[in-house]
Amino acid sequence: MKIYIRSAAAISAQKTFGDVPFLTEPVEYNGTRLTAIEPDYKDFVDPKLARRMSRIIKMGVAAAMQCLKEADVTMPGAIITGTALGCQEDTISFLTRIIELEEEMLPPTAFIQSTHNTVAAQIALMLKCHNYNNTFVHKGISFESALLDATMLLKEGDANDILVGGTEEMTDTAFKILTRLALYKRWPLSNFDLYNTKSNGTIAGEGAMFFLLADKPSTENLAELVGAKTFYKPKSNADIENQVKTFLAKNDLSIEDIDLVITGKNGDLKNDAVYEALDRSLFADISKVYYKHLCGEYPTSVSFALWLASNIIKRGEVPAIAADGEVKNTSPQKVLIYNHYQNSYHSLMLLSAC
Amino acid sequence: MSELVYVAGVGIITAIGNNVAENLAAFEQEAAGMGDITLVNTIHRGNLPVAEVKLDNAELSELAGISAKLSRTKMLSLVAAREALNDAAIPGFADLRSGFVSANTVGGMDKSEDFFIDFLNDNNKGKLRNIFDHECGSMTEVVADQLGITDYMTTISTACSSSANAIFYGARLIRNDILDVVIAGGVDALAKFTLNGFNTLMILDKEYCKPFDDNREGLNLGEGAGYVVLVSDKVAKTLNKPLYCTLSGYNNSNDAYHQTASSPDGTGSYMAMQGALAKVGLQPSDIDYINLHGTGTPNNDSAEGTAITRLFGPECPPMSSTKSFTGHTLGASGGVEAVFSVLAVKHGLIYPNLRFKTPMKNVPLTPETRYQKDQPVKNVLSNSFGFGGNCTSLIFSAV
Repeated sequence: MKIYIRSAAAISAQKTFGDVPFLTEPVEYNGTRLTAIEPDYKDFVDPKLARRMSRIIKMGVAAAMQCLKEADVTMPGAIITGTALGCQEDTISFLTRIIELEEEMLPPTAFIQSTHNTVAAQIALMLKCHNYNNTFVHKGISFESALLDATMLLKEGDANDILVGGTEEMTDTAFKILTRLALYKRWPLSNFDLYNTKSNGTIAGEGAMFFLLADKPSTENLAELVGAKTFYKPKSNADIENQVKTFLAKNDLSIEDIDLVITGKNGDLKNDAVYEALDRSLFADISKVYYKHLCGEYPTSVSFALWLASNIIKRGEVPAIAADGEVKNTSPQKVLIYNHYQNSYHSLMLLSAC
Repeated sequence: MSELVYVAGVGIITAIGNNVAENLAAFEQEAAGMGDITLVNTIHRGNLPVAEVKLDNAELSELAGISAKLSRTKMLSLVAAREALNDAAIPGFADLRSGFVSANTVGGMDKSEDFFIDFLNDNNKGKLRNIFDHECGSMTEVVADQLGITDYMTTISTACSSSANAIFYGARLIRNDILDVVIAGGVDALAKFTLNGFNTLMILDKEYCKPFDDNREGLNLGEGAGYVVLVSDKVAKTLNKPLYCTLSGYNNSNDAYHQTASSPDGTGSYMAMQGALAKVGLQPSDIDYINLHGTGTPNNDSAEGTAITRLFGPECPPMSSTKSFTGHTLGASGGVEAVFSVLAVKHGLIYPNLRFKTPMKNVPLTPETRYQKDQPVKNVLSNSFGFGGNCTSLIFSAV
């Protein structure tokens, strides 16, 4: 059985949402934090409702609605989301009030909207969709878990037209804490220079990406999702290489069949050493694309890579801003995504032209 | 794809006991776990009853075998998950493809609350060790690492139905031939965050909760963890002890009515129960016991009762809410109640619904009020409903 990506919608730190050119006008940031470019929400959410919604909810709902619109699907067979930190803004707001107001006279709204499944729930509520609804919250593989759930649902034949998304919002509080934890670079830099500084730390990001997965062939489909897998704490770089080879072999492919690999380089020396080892071995002869200088680093950022890969295949072009030098095949048919999260969670996705 | 998924082990820790045997004994003695707040530092002490696990962090850390400085959520999870895995005693476990699918709603919130007090005074203050591991997924990861599970792990968070969703996602990983064994369920520790959250919604009973009673005034929060060990048909054949039951049916449906309130006719609950029955091809009359979501809030019990009446008609099977013992353990409740449901099938048990006196006026259902054993219990339906209209029903069936 084949699984197709019918449509993909992305709200990110780049101009990626709606009918826009394909990353030909990249947005430059100076600092260590990339902020999502939010659309005009009145096209997607009743302004009265939107005023009560935190950014992650608005971004999630808008990306989901746009994704359905592009797929020409009114009622998805399931709604599945992934988010590591969930509705941070509401969580922090309620926690702050508990402390500041010493647990008295607290307004309930922030608590009500703080649960991790709020985005998926709000989409269901707006669509009056009674179908399967789930939310995964597992660190750097939150989106991958949602994607696995979606592919299983399709294979089980219990649902079709599955809406699956990855959402994350960055807040001032989380940015401050993660900066103290030394996740980000200590000096401001241009995101276009992310891979050139040879220093520790990366840049923060956020975004909401949604995909419509279906099992029916169509000329409208963006790409085929051939396979996806995750693995945990590999013992060595050789172990990672073996995981990649086994994954490809399971899909009757070898590394020579891959036209393009998208890796999760994020500018942090230690993080990127893992990719660079592969660049010297398994990926040595393959054209490469990077994406975290465009969307920033965050736990569900791989969903940006999936959006990028789907568009590269459908449009038959590789945006110059993402490519690492010359790309051998400018109209790639088979694209491999490889990302890891703090060298604990590793993720592979394989896409093919339909 | 269609092979059966079996329950081979169970583990639990709640306010009524630190393991399976203690929980079962408490049911027989009809001993509820509620009491005054002793562990959470809150102004609601002495005012709102809760169902605490009867171990402080030092004692719990000793039982769990991990540092008392870690989140209480991690300790609770490890205690119950380890009991479940030991109980299953799977031969050659290390060579099988194993996974851990756990659920929780607020991660290490107990530690984050400590951090935030200092952080709000000065953003450069607050011990980072109390915050860096806050996220829900970190609760799961530490337990998987302790149990030596590396093939697959993930975390689900859909409010109060979280761990029911974790259990059936686990079963599907087996049915899709991705894993052979999955420990699935969930955990939540009491926290000032959830206590105040539910308090602002004005759905906490100042007395011990009275699920399905006409005079019910809300829920009591609880804490705990509950896990089942799910195994494939192939693994089931290798076990040296009897299986508990199968996880035969499951469904998740969305109420799509309101972020926190249930629809008056319980649309989502009805669809979840009906979907779970359809999955296994059972009729409502095949269900021998319903473990209710039964929180004790006016809204939930009315909606759930309406959905049950619509689906089962006048001949309802015995039903009860074990939250009258354990309180509402939120992200753990689906796991905790799955363990109770599995034990009901295994031992022919029907648990009492404590403090029930008067049937609800709009849906006059009468839950069981006495502990009963040696009952013919073949199929148990377990309901878990959460914020965001997230409704899940599981069916456990005798082997």
